Amino acid sequence: MSGAEQTLQPPVRDAPGDRPEALVGEIAARRSLRSQIAKLERDLADTLVTCFAHASVDLAAEIAEPSAPTSAAAPRLLTLRELERQRDDLARRVVQARRRLSERATEHERNRVRLERMLLEPGRHRFQRIANRDLGLGGCGVWAVRPRLGLIGMLAGWWEVKLSSGCP
Amino acid sequence: MNPPDGQPPVDADRDDGPQLHQGWIAPEVAEEFPALALIECELPLPGDRRSPRGVRDQLAALSDRHRGATALALRREPVAGAYRIFFRHIGLEPDVTRTPIEAAVLERLLRGGFISRGLLEDALLLAVVHTSVPVWALDARSRDGRLGIRPARAGERLGRAAGAPPLAAGRLVVADQSAPLAVLFGALGPECEVRRDTATVTLFSVQVAGVPFIHVDEALWVATSTIAPH
Repeated sequence: MSGAEQTLQPPVRDAPGDRPEALVGEIAARRSLRSQIAKLERDLADTLVTCFAHASVDLAAEIAEPSAPTSAAAPRLLTLRELERQRDDLARRVVQARRRLSERATEHERNRVRLERMLLEPGRHRFQRIANRDLGLGGCGVWAVRPRLGLIGMLAGWWEVKLSSGCP
Repeated sequence: MNPPDGQPPVDADRDDGPQLHQGWIAPEVAEEFPALALIECELPLPGDRRSPRGVRDQLAALSDRHRGATALALRREPVAGAYRIFFRHIGLEPDVTRTPIEAAVLERLLRGGFISRGLLEDALLLAVVHTSVPVWALDARSRDGRLGIRPARAGERLGRAAGAPPLAAGRLVVADQSAPLAVLFGALGPECEVRRDTATVTLFSVQVAGVPFIHVDEALWVATSTIAPH
């Protein structure tokens, strides 16, 4: 093909007023799907960053993992069906991510209550340990119930909660 | 220079750098993405392609500013997030095919810093890291007329060379008047890459919905002023 033959010729398109109703409907549907995808992407990003802020790096990595392999993906104009599939996939990821985040928050809350009890009555929670990450906190500290003065404290029932730095 | 609706001006005059030109967008693409724009400019490359100390220092300073938490939070930032959304709209999964800014920051995390690779590469890296807007460079000799964005047609190849890799029909490409030169947000055609004997480069950037023109202008300004300080 010569260069002149290959020159881009814009396709002739109907004026918006002349388009069949179905086409106008599809254009509106595609626009709506794109805005839904945009909102879901923002929601997913918010959930992921929230996970990270609550020291759930493993959960953040899980959320960032795409649900289906897309190695053959290439930039293109998506069909209505593809847009719908992508919207549904993103919606599923957002729901799953929020559920996992909620489960993790419940777990952190449970651990915080346990830590409160450990602090109130160390003698009832002997040798129990809670890591900072299990409380949704940063750092690698560990709360542990230990006997004061070692063996003497153990025999005398002197228990205390200590926060170790935990970091190597 | 920047119109109130954030749309790029056509052929904007700049006092402090090369003139910006707005590329064309194929009608079927413009209908899907009304805010999509391609902005380009041309400038001569200096003979010495090594980065001066100031540029390398800038990269080092930026390396200190970008850590793991920054990389993760990027997706919540308006401009970086807009490119992620656009990637989804064109069928790319941004957690697999990284947006340019995320790819740059991820590489910084993996390598321990933004590595200097020469003046042009550093200029493009500085532009994307400073603004989150990607800028690409191609050899100005390889183009034929204004650049634009359109879907590839059946049987087309990436570039004009006989051995150029084939393109699937419908793939979105950056093209000139006669041939695709690069896949949109992807690889450049082999003969379009900047080589040792390239005297003039075309810098181009892609503006998507949610990215004000001023960011694109800034990205091109950072790149051009790094290559040829005004």
